[in-house]
Amino acid sequence: MEQIYPKQQNKCKLVKAKPESIKLLLQYSKALNIVNHKGLTFENNLN
Amino acid sequence: MQLQVADSILVQNYISGDEKSLEILINKHNQRLTSFIYSKVQDRAIAEDIFQDTFIKVIRTLKRGAYNEEGKFLPWVMRIAHNLIIDHFRRNKRMPKFEGSEDFNIFSVLGDNKLDAERQLIKDQIDSDLTLLIEELPDDQKEVLVMRIYKDMSFKEISENTGVSINTALGRMRYALINLRKIIEKNNIVLTN
Repeated sequence: MEQIYPKQQNKCKLVKAKPESIKLLLQYSKALNIVNHKGLTFENNLN
Repeated sequence: MQLQVADSILVQNYISGDEKSLEILINKHNQRLTSFIYSKVQDRAIAEDIFQDTFIKVIRTLKRGAYNEEGKFLPWVMRIAHNLIIDHFRRNKRMPKFEGSEDFNIFSVLGDNKLDAERQLIKDQIDSDLTLLIEELPDDQKEVLVMRIYKDMSFKEISENTGVSINTALGRMRYALINLRKIIEKNNIVLTN
């Protein structure tokens, strides 16, 4: 049977974000504090 | 055996203050989301940046209580990433870089500024959507926004024509933009070209 696979491989590659990026996001989340006051929303970063 | 907790439960737990749920959510979707971004931008560092920006938006939306659990969590996150990817390419389009590769085409830099047929269609659609959105604004804000954006009048001219102070006109313009954004967010409208 004729092989019909393309020569060029698919550019799709499985990659993951680095652990440092995830750590940064988790720290950002812990530091972010949202305060609601009379219908207004304030963001505080507690760092 | 590892127990898979549904995204909706993790999201609810996170909103209730459980930071560990966020970690689980990030790790659960890390590979899928990063691979999706990488498949579009083909650059590890940029993919990493967009991944971070995506989750920063996710965190802010969840913490503000603005998340609507109508759709699924992952498609929502993918949509945020998709919009950020578009923003990335748009920025690069404004500042094209010379890559120096063999397949460099001089016309990619010297092209004319006119939109192609497809982009023109999209732009027309966005313009008409925007016109409908502006109709939703209160009359005083709509009046200032139309004069400023569509009639290109200065705030001094607007103030003279409407009989209010320049500061009031500025304030109305500001609220018009804030309200437009609110309507866009509330209705999940995507205005991109």
